[in-house]
Amino acid sequence: MIRGALTTACSLMAGLFLLPSPAAVVEIIEIEKRDWSFDGIFGSFDRTAQQRGYQIYNEACSGCHGLRLLTYRNLAALGYSEDDIKAFATDFDVTDGPDDEGEMYQRNALPSDHFVSPFPNTQASRAANNGALPPDLSLIVKARKNGADYIYALLTSYGDAPDDEELPDGMYYNAVFPGHQIAMPPPLYDDTIEYSDGTLATVDQMASDVTTFLAWAASPEMEARKRLGLKAMLFLLVLTALLAAVKHKVWSRLN
Amino acid sequence: MITSKSAHPVVKWIDERLPVFTFLNRELRDYPTPRNLNYWWSFGSIAGVVLVVMTLTGIMLAMQYTAHMDYAFDSVERIMRDVNYGWLLRYLHMNGGSMFFIVVYIHLFRGIYFGSYKSPREILWALGVVILLLMMATAFMGYVLPWGQMSFWGATVITNLFSAIPLVGDSIVNWLWGGYSIANPTLTRFYALHYLFPFLIFVVVALHLVALHMVKSNNPLGVDAKEPQDTIPFHPYYTAKDFFGFGVFFLVYLGFVFFAPDFFGEPDNYIPANPLATPPHIVPEWYFLPFYAILRVVPDIEVFGFILVEAKLAGVILMFGSILVLFFLPWLDSSKVRSARFRPIFKQFFWIFLADCLLLGWVGANPPEGSFVVLGRIGTAFYFAYFIIIIPLVARFEKPLPLPSSVVSSVLNEKKGERS
Ligand code: HEC
Ligand code: HEM
Repeated sequence: MIRGALTTACSLMAGLFLLPSPAAVVEIIEIEKRDWSFDGIFGSFDRTAQQRGYQIYNEACSGCHGLRLLTYRNLAALGYSEDDIKAFATDFDVTDGPDDEGEMYQRNALPSDHFVSPFPNTQASRAANNGALPPDLSLIVKARKNGADYIYALLTSYGDAPDDEELPDGMYYNAVFPGHQIAMPPPLYDDTIEYSDGTLATVDQMASDVTTFLAWAASPEMEARKRLGLKAMLFLLVLTALLAAVKHKVWSRLN
Repeated sequence: MITSKSAHPVVKWIDERLPVFTFLNRELRDYPTPRNLNYWWSFGSIAGVVLVVMTLTGIMLAMQYTAHMDYAFDSVERIMRDVNYGWLLRYLHMNGGSMFFIVVYIHLFRGIYFGSYKSPREILWALGVVILLLMMATAFMGYVLPWGQMSFWGATVITNLFSAIPLVGDSIVNWLWGGYSIANPTLTRFYALHYLFPFLIFVVVALHLVALHMVKSNNPLGVDAKEPQDTIPFHPYYTAKDFFGFGVFFLVYLGFVFFAPDFFGEPDNYIPANPLATPPHIVPEWYFLPFYAILRVVPDIEVFGFILVEAKLAGVILMFGSILVLFFLPWLDSSKVRSARFRPIFKQFFWIFLADCLLLGWVGANPPEGSFVVLGRIGTAFYFAYFIIIIPLVARFEKPLPLPSSVVSSVLNEKKGERS
């Protein structure tokens, strides 16, 4: 039954796609390009911004969004000690087992566990969010056009809908979300969070910090990648220059 | 039995029983090569290097990858995050695919510009087209493996093409899928074939090289190398030149791998496949875009108001036709002059044709709406007109420029020109 329906749906979509369809109006939303600490070939993540971003994720996003591809011990990259990480992890429960009696049991999370998602499955997350699905944020920065710039813009572009636009129940107006109606309530408000390092918690500040944190979560290899990249390019430049000299020398014999 | 020229007794002993050393000497060292090959001739050996890199990184990825629809996406992320230098392997493989096509497309356009497909190189050329087809199949199936949204929906659109075949279309699609939708059987068979095909490519590449060494390289002048003076031994001249080319190539390739690894990718492929959510724009990898454009912009083919071929089937036929027509190029172009340097009209149409391919790529990247449909139809019409009408006519009516008497005379003249 479901399979049949799926097939029909798939073929229908594909079929539709193959026919020249009348022009649908696709609005192009400009996303402002911002300067990030992790831009460019020398870029690296600003550690304090990452730590603040982790705090925002914990206090403002983790109620709805998971980060299932990260483990708690990955947080060492943010500069946290082993004890800090153990303490973060213990706040969460995971199911383990079976034990010697064959029973599953609950235990506190360990640093080696993956981040515990707020909901056990998509049905539960939809049920708790008016039918909308809060996506897992592990890869969100890589999974959207304009990456970090888009996430920042999304978090800072809530507002009132224009008068001629009717918002359905449970929807919010957001200038950069495709279609402008998003099921996520504005997650950030000025001064609702107290940063442990005393930074002023404006919406801009929080959005920028949590975006830096999420950019790291999506590409935790970035700093190692760029560091190795610089060495590799330097080596290759020298090697290629030498090869050019060899080529020149060999070919000069021809005259 | 051959008598080995080697002075080393062990080498000599082996060589007289299995002539690997004589073979290598003849084909890689003494091998006579036209002395005037430019850097466009480096791309063949660069393609070989990429094939080796793809195979090595692919085999190492395969040791960590799980071909199951429930685990594929996460296993790729595990490679990216938990496997030592897994991100490097994966980004090398991912960007290597794009580099492979850039290199091979340059190689192919080089062949068209300098008339390398003409007698006696028809089979060499045809084997190249076979390699291109195998590469396309390999890359298409490889793109499905990470099981992201574009993997799934790209596979859906492309496999559904076969349903356009009259009568048996739907059965063929189900047979390809191994079921009634794209699911686990589809993923596992694509994985098996994605592992197999590169080795088929190696075989065809070997034949490509055998054919090359039978007839020897063409050159930018397109005149045959006849006198001994026209050629130089492959080693050390072209080994030195090719290695410099490898250096430049790796600077570009690794530049992407380390500093812009997702440049060629689609963000949607970082979302796990979801059969219930169609992405707003399904686009294939960039190297398929011109063909994708041809596929989508074709209308019903009508004759006196009767629909002869429906749009979907017509699109599929033309898309495959756009590659198959390459097989016939040696016979469509009857001009005896190879190089575009001596063919003023052909040369102009060559550049228009290249621009047309880029135009089709741009159309393919956009939804088939409004002016893109019109542009795509013009581009498609020109693409086929180029091969079927323009090339034969130009070959007939164009007056080529006078050819140099030999490779070496032209090379020496140029040198003189430089000095004076
Ligand atoms: C009350 C639950 C809730 C909270 C808290 C919440 N979100 Fe969301 N979020 C959602 C829902 C629901 C969606 C899906 C929206 C839709 O599809 O309309 C969503 C979607 C998103 C998206 C994807 C938008 C897109 O382009 O598809 C991002 C990014 C996001 N949230 C980031 C965050 C961040 C960062 C925080 C914390 C600062 C946060 N969310 C807090 C419920 C929440
Ligand atoms: C002609 C050579 C090849 C081409 C053009 C090619 C192309 C591709 C492409 C485009 C992808 C998807 C990229 C991605 O998003 O990850 C891919 C993935 C993959 N390929 Fe290949 N490939 C080749 C050879 C091989 C070989 C020889 C193997 C193994 C023996 C291999 C194993 C894999 C695996 C395991 C993946 C999935 C992992 C991943 O997504 O990173 N490939 N390939």
